[in-house]
Amino acid sequence: MLTMLKDIYSILWVDLCFLKRHWLSTLAISLVSPLLYLVAFGYGLGRGVDVGGVNYLAFVMPGIIALTSMSASFTGASSKLHVDRLFYKSFDECLMSPISLFSIVIGKALIGVVRGLLSSVAILIVGIILSPLLIVSPLLILVLIMSCLVFALFGVFIALVISSHQAMSTFSNLVILPMTFLSGTFFSLSQLPEAVKVVLYLLPLTHSSESLRAVALGQPFPWLSFLALLGFALFFFSACMVALKRASV
Amino acid sequence: MEEFIVTENLTKTYGTVQAVQNLNLKVHSGEIFGFLGPNGAGKTTTIRMMTTLTKPTSGRVWVGGFDVVKEADKVKNVIGVVQQHLSLDRDLTVKENIEFHGRLHHLSASERRKRINELLDYVELTDCADRMVDTLSGGMKKRAAIVSSLMHKPKVLFLDEPTVGLDAQTRRRMWDLLRRLNLDGTTIFLTTHYIEEAEALCQRVGIMHHGKLIALDNPLELRKKLGLVTVETLVNGKETRYQYFADREAAKRYVQNLGSDAKTVIIRDSNLEDFFVEQTGEKVGGN
Repeated sequence: MLTMLKDIYSILWVDLCFLKRHWLSTLAISLVSPLLYLVAFGYGLGRGVDVGGVNYLAFVMPGIIALTSMSASFTGASSKLHVDRLFYKSFDECLMSPISLFSIVIGKALIGVVRGLLSSVAILIVGIILSPLLIVSPLLILVLIMSCLVFALFGVFIALVISSHQAMSTFSNLVILPMTFLSGTFFSLSQLPEAVKVVLYLLPLTHSSESLRAVALGQPFPWLSFLALLGFALFFFSACMVALKRASV
Repeated sequence: MEEFIVTENLTKTYGTVQAVQNLNLKVHSGEIFGFLGPNGAGKTTTIRMMTTLTKPTSGRVWVGGFDVVKEADKVKNVIGVVQQHLSLDRDLTVKENIEFHGRLHHLSASERRKRINELLDYVELTDCADRMVDTLSGGMKKRAAIVSSLMHKPKVLFLDEPTVGLDAQTRRRMWDLLRRLNLDGTTIFLTTHYIEEAEALCQRVGIMHHGKLIALDNPLELRKKLGLVTVETLVNGKETRYQYFADREAAKRYVQNLGSDAKTVIIRDSNLEDFFVEQTGEKVGGN
């Protein structure tokens, strides 16, 4: 058990070294689009709009935190890993070491969680300043960590199976970008037809933003969504393990 | 002599391409073994199978007595690998890269510190410890990669094309380093498409061609099979002919009897390149 924790930390350590040197630029880049969304939707489009009795800025803030956790964790876990795997081949060093595949997956996902938390906490702070309605509680942090974990594992999986840099950006445009807009981040799903809702509930970000919004606005907590996030995490974790087993002996 | 690496009908197929076909090979403990062949001959695939990175399609391979597929974890403890593509993390310093390697192999903090200093000194990189890998020259990067692969004191060091892209002087220093490592007890398995590298370094060489092992012996024995002396004759000013002789006397006799259309004549020691060309009709470094 102790060895496993040490192994996980060893895998994380190397990415932390990188982050220590580049944390400011990493953080700044990850905050560009959330802040643009905040200005465009929160202030521009949503001024004076109410959603279910809540002003739009308070409504959209948790959604923006959710999408920040998604993009920062996904990118945080996948961007360096896929380059290390495909171009520098330095990921082979991990595969040739006595470290278990389990520890490799968790270690690689944790850097995504760290980077995801770094960015989403920054946005959360912006949120607290701009929208006094926002309630920050331990449950909110728990959901945030869970959300980061789901998308970090997703990022690790994609980085392990993708075959080129081109494919990586195509994937981001085809999957991550639509999810950003469709998952109840900017609008309430309650207004949508049932069939559309069913499809949108298949997206992990929908559950992140629903859970975060409920906690942040003091509404009843959607435990099913939280369970769904747990399910997604397990699913992506298993997918990573399968991908790694195929990659090595 | 104890055998450290053994392959038995080792085969790797990618789709319809047979990258490695029925390879049977034994590498002895303590030797420098050279795996020679042109690009695409199956050298890297073989190394990847020996180092647990690629699963054989059929056949088996043992390293240090352990089956590479079934006992991969044990194999990982006895091997050090320097890949052709430098597998260092370019965004880290030399020291951080080496430290990471030590962590991957479960070295304690004090062991890591001690080993890092020892090894950097061994390859004369102490001054570069805190430089980013990206700022190093090609030869320094290679040495840094070697250091990191040595952190856990592997019994065998695999090097895939260790001197590709290095200038002549740096290459010679690299050879000295590898010899020194070998003298200190590390078995070395290297691939190369440089003939002179195989001749300068290796006690035995295996020659690969289109995924098949076409020769396996020490360089001198292979040359003896062909003739130790080569005569190159330029015929009619455009076509070079190669003839092989057991010794210089026989070569001289041949030259004295040449007709007047043979203008330029060179008598030299034969080399593995001659052997490879005669065996396959192709040049080793030809692509």
